Amino acid sequence: MSGVFAAIYSGLAWIGSIVDPLCGPIGVFRWFASGTLFACGDTGWGDEIAYGFLVTASLAIATLPVGLVIGFFIALGKQSEEKSLRLAGNIYTTIFRGLPELLTLFIVYYGLQILVQQFLATLGYEGPIEINAFVAGMIALGVVFSAYCSEVLLSAFKAIPQGQYEAGDALGFHRGQTMRLIVLPQLIRIALPGLGNLWMALLKDTALVSVVGLPDILRQTGIAARVTKQAFQFFGVACILFLILAMISSVLFSALERSTKRAEMSR
Amino acid sequence: MSIAETMIPPQAPPPAPPKPYTLSRFFGSVFLGVWLALGVGIFLTIANGWDPEKFSRYGPSFLSGLGVTLTLVVSSILMGAVLSFPVALGRMSKNRLWSWLAYAYVYFFRGTPLITQLFLVYYGLGSFRPQLESIGLWWFFRDAWNCALFTFTLNTAAYQAEILRGAIQSVSRGQHEAAAALGLPERVAFFKIILPQAMIVALRPYGNEIILMIKGSAIVAIVTVFDLMGETRRAFSRTFDYQMYVWAAVLYLFMVELLRNIWAWLEARLTRHLKR
Repeated sequence: MSGVFAAIYSGLAWIGSIVDPLCGPIGVFRWFASGTLFACGDTGWGDEIAYGFLVTASLAIATLPVGLVIGFFIALGKQSEEKSLRLAGNIYTTIFRGLPELLTLFIVYYGLQILVQQFLATLGYEGPIEINAFVAGMIALGVVFSAYCSEVLLSAFKAIPQGQYEAGDALGFHRGQTMRLIVLPQLIRIALPGLGNLWMALLKDTALVSVVGLPDILRQTGIAARVTKQAFQFFGVACILFLILAMISSVLFSALERSTKRAEMSR
Repeated sequence: MSIAETMIPPQAPPPAPPKPYTLSRFFGSVFLGVWLALGVGIFLTIANGWDPEKFSRYGPSFLSGLGVTLTLVVSSILMGAVLSFPVALGRMSKNRLWSWLAYAYVYFFRGTPLITQLFLVYYGLGSFRPQLESIGLWWFFRDAWNCALFTFTLNTAAYQAEILRGAIQSVSRGQHEAAAALGLPERVAFFKIILPQAMIVALRPYGNEIILMIKGSAIVAIVTVFDLMGETRRAFSRTFDYQMYVWAAVLYLFMVELLRNIWAWLEARLTRHLKR
């Protein structure tokens, strides 16, 4: 099993090295920064920063589906007729929207560590345990994202008139079909601007995971800054990289919005 | 032909059909049970691990951390509000240069993480130490607290400028025209007619921004400012007691919920003339 994962990983790494926008064959650092501190390879910090860029982007992309799915189900729970389900959903949102993201991250990171340690101690293993920062970051950011996401989706659900569900009943759809064929397409269209904002917030929150040791943009540039004593340059590059990520995603989101709105009548 | 001689006696309505035990009810009870178990578990671990000595040692430092967090948030929000005015005016200005500059400012501070901005100021400006010393500003940027305050002010000014701009532009054109028709000078029209209406629109986003700042202020702990988060980290690193994080979580949740409720009340109160 691990062989399969290794093969997938090396394949992905190869594709990544080809399309790497910073240090790949057509990378920015490779062409414009050779001979400076940002050169790729052993002479500069370009490849380390490029790796951090990849880690940041993949953390955000890996967190998105987790947060969306959890958020969708919590939104469903919060608009249910069952009181206890609504209450449970509201507790979830209140807690994870109210806690600072950094604190959530620490709670998840150290909490997981303690839990795993206790679990392994019952199995008879006593030793140091290190939780993967990527996984901890994914859980913490996913939980926070889902709390916000459920609110966005809830208000989108409220914007869909009851008649749409009745139309689904009239066509003889069962509940799953109504949801999938009638409600979801409209839900996505209504919720997309809100989800775009959440995605931007998620992208920015990934920088926090560097605090627990994930080698993302901020950590890699931070190491480079400490070693070279050129802190302003390196943190400036970190800011620019985050800006680039934000720009790419705003372009993608406006394209998405246009494509979901193509069915609407143009006025 | 028969005539009904007696009325049908009044009867109680038929009993409501029993509610079926649905799947959502099952899930609701399960999730509520999970929350209850978590709550009880946390309470029990705190009750079992209760240590008066620890409480007396770290309780005051938690309170001072809370004070630092609140001071930081309040002062940066207030200074940011002052700074956001020219930025918002720049965003709405017809002058290309001003509007472009304001746009770039807002885009930079909203597009990058707060923690990166903080590092850029705290560590980054250290590279310019000789220059800063020569203009006599080094004493300011040497201190982590000042850097945090500076960064947070700039950051929240960008967000507040967007809130302000959106709110001012949401006031309908007719209001401007009505003020002009009454012969009011532009200044008076702005302060007496446009701004009060804009502020009602801006109230809720302002509340959200304050909450975001309270939550965002936790990151100053990383640059050695001992706010609530910093005190928590210090206490945790000395005791390795997980409870410390639970206490911090409770305090943060309390702050945010309190503010949210105050804001809901404030909004209901200030918009009561708009209710229909």
